[in-house]
Amino acid sequence: MPREFETDQARTMSLEAYADTILPGERRWPGDRAIAGVSQGGGAVASGALEVLRSAEGGMAPALDMLADGLNEHARAYVAERGIEPDAEVPPFVSLDYPDRVLLVQRLTDRANPECDAWISLAMFCTIAFDAGSHTNTVEALAAGHVGLKTMGFRMPDSDGLWRFDTYSYGRQLARPHPDTTPSGSPS
Amino acid sequence: MTSSENTDVLVIGSGFGGAIAAYHLAAGGARVVVLERGPWLSGEDFQHDFKFGSSSTRIFDFVIGDGMSVLSGNCVGGGSVVYFAAMPRAPRFVFDRKGRFNRRMWPAAVSRDTLEPWYDRVAEALPVTQTAWDTVPFAGGLFGAACDHAGRTANAVPAAVDTAKCTNCNWMMSGCRFDAKRSLLLNYLPAALAHGAQIRPLHEVQHLSRTDDGGYRVHYTVLDDVDYRVEVGGGTIDAKIVVLAAGAGATPVILQRSEPTLGAMPHAVGRYFSGNGERLNTAIFDEDRIRDVLGLSRPDGVPYEAYQIGKGPCVATWDKLDGSLPEYERFSLEQLYFPPGFGTILAQVPDAVGPTWFGAEKKELLRRWQSWLTVFTMSEDDNEGVFGAPPSSGNSMRLSQQMLGRGSLRYEPTENTLRGWALSDAEVRDILERDGLARVMPWTNDVVGAYTVHPLASCRIGDDPATSALDDRHELRDHPGIFVTDGSAVPAGLTVNPAMTIAALAERAVPGIVEAARARGVDVRYGAPAPDGATSSRAAVLPLVSGALRR
Repeated sequence: MPREFETDQARTMSLEAYADTILPGERRWPGDRAIAGVSQGGGAVASGALEVLRSAEGGMAPALDMLADGLNEHARAYVAERGIEPDAEVPPFVSLDYPDRVLLVQRLTDRANPECDAWISLAMFCTIAFDAGSHTNTVEALAAGHVGLKTMGFRMPDSDGLWRFDTYSYGRQLARPHPDTTPSGSPS
Repeated sequence: MTSSENTDVLVIGSGFGGAIAAYHLAAGGARVVVLERGPWLSGEDFQHDFKFGSSSTRIFDFVIGDGMSVLSGNCVGGGSVVYFAAMPRAPRFVFDRKGRFNRRMWPAAVSRDTLEPWYDRVAEALPVTQTAWDTVPFAGGLFGAACDHAGRTANAVPAAVDTAKCTNCNWMMSGCRFDAKRSLLLNYLPAALAHGAQIRPLHEVQHLSRTDDGGYRVHYTVLDDVDYRVEVGGGTIDAKIVVLAAGAGATPVILQRSEPTLGAMPHAVGRYFSGNGERLNTAIFDEDRIRDVLGLSRPDGVPYEAYQIGKGPCVATWDKLDGSLPEYERFSLEQLYFPPGFGTILAQVPDAVGPTWFGAEKKELLRRWQSWLTVFTMSEDDNEGVFGAPPSSGNSMRLSQQMLGRGSLRYEPTENTLRGWALSDAEVRDILERDGLARVMPWTNDVVGAYTVHPLASCRIGDDPATSALDDRHELRDHPGIFVTDGSAVPAGLTVNPAMTIAALAERAVPGIVEAARARGVDVRYGAPAPDGATSSRAAVLPLVSGALRR
């Protein structure tokens, strides 16, 4: 018999809440508990963090249940330490306010924490979901309005799916070269 | 007894160190086999795609260590396929560096002057050309203008890029789709193949042992072409000469793993690793100040918003490459692009109230991504990296199907290294924060430690057997017939991009390898022209290498 919140749904919520702590977004629907709702526009979750984490290529998938359960275990200890009254309706990490989620993630990813590698890896993949959308083809992601790439202003490719920038230079010398530059163009 | 293939020369790795040796030895008449742990991609295989499994993850190796993470090539062509092709020669003072033992680290035989003819060979072969300012992308122009505004000089950096073919797509870390980047896939490697060399991709060398005739047996596994964690085969090849060029993050690991079969390794194998003193700062520019202070404007009237556009680093300031400054206080600063997918996580939020590398404020920083500029410090670190016990295979415990692994490198920056980084951080701020142009923060070292794209010195040349693994001919001490020609042979940080120096050292090492092969009965001679047949640089080195010329 699984412990409380050790279900697929609860684990998904917990990992979404972790991803939303790394790069937050807006709530997907009224009463969306996983998302803290502290940022306008989508964040790591809307960018595909769970898809990236679950991808066979990334290598995180086999560890996700353990990480979600561990995250909630740490959240239980955190609320006990802080005297916070958890909301029993949702997993312990999800029940935390955004500032407390941040403090706990800072503690987990601190180099002094022997477990930090796992929590940093989780944060890395959440970030990659946002800044690269690595679970999906980049051209297709852009066409579908991938939230992270759109937020960053990543430019669209040419019609063949390749990037070319015909206009790319200010076109003039903008600094004096070092006086000791050698004829090969290297430092002396 | 199992049968083993045999060849004259077995080359491990196909980056600069391996490809250059393979070409000259094959052209000189030796039978050459190159084993490369990564896949063999070219031209249209190089994708503009961040998706896992595309070329961007297939051809890279990102190994997280304890205090230092190393990014390196993992494909036929090695670092030349993923690098940014900046090819400056190392400044003169670098060769006189003394380091923490207060003793010249480079062999007496190597200086900027003695290396020049070998630099010339590389420049002719790739080729390397000077970058014209009218081909410098916006980001390089912005950095140059900011340097000039702050009273600094700035140079357009020599590069191995054919600007006529370049589209300034900035996907060059995924391999160049347009064959504009002059990687080894376009010169040394096809020339080596034309002379009969064999290149075998996805062959990962694990260790070496000895053969009865004084040669070496090279033990490899064959990796699955999608999931590099999976071994699909293996074998051995016997060779009279082994050229080890697996990269500074892998060469010492192969040698460490070979100790039970080869005997004790020189003390310096797996020690004195240098991250080339690398450090990154991210500047977030105020677009209005770019226009008002620097007077810059793109043709469409936007001042900048062009971080994505370009061809890697094009402009550097060399004012601190001053040999009269104390060691550890000399560095270059180079404008750089770092693509998404590891390229944003370590950037920190200036003036953050909360966490600096993640969180709500970090997301706000990412909204301004097109106004970012990354500045790359290459400084003099203290060779403080040490490799721990080797993993069971490869050079890391692979975590993902491709790219990501956990390695045994431990790096605790000394006060010297930290001082250089602090000085360079202050210099970047002084240049880029002047008159409100930008806000600047260094990348955090608290997530994956420090970070290098130019690993060096883990199996270095030198005159002192106590602190160098190789003699000045690149031969592994106490293990004759094994030569190391990759970045691990470079004794210390170079304060500039090292590919040109790694390649020049490999060119310089070849005549000695030819002589060693001849002594072992291989019918080979030195004297091949550049891969395209050009001969002007050859003429300058032939008088230096008469011993390797005889039939």
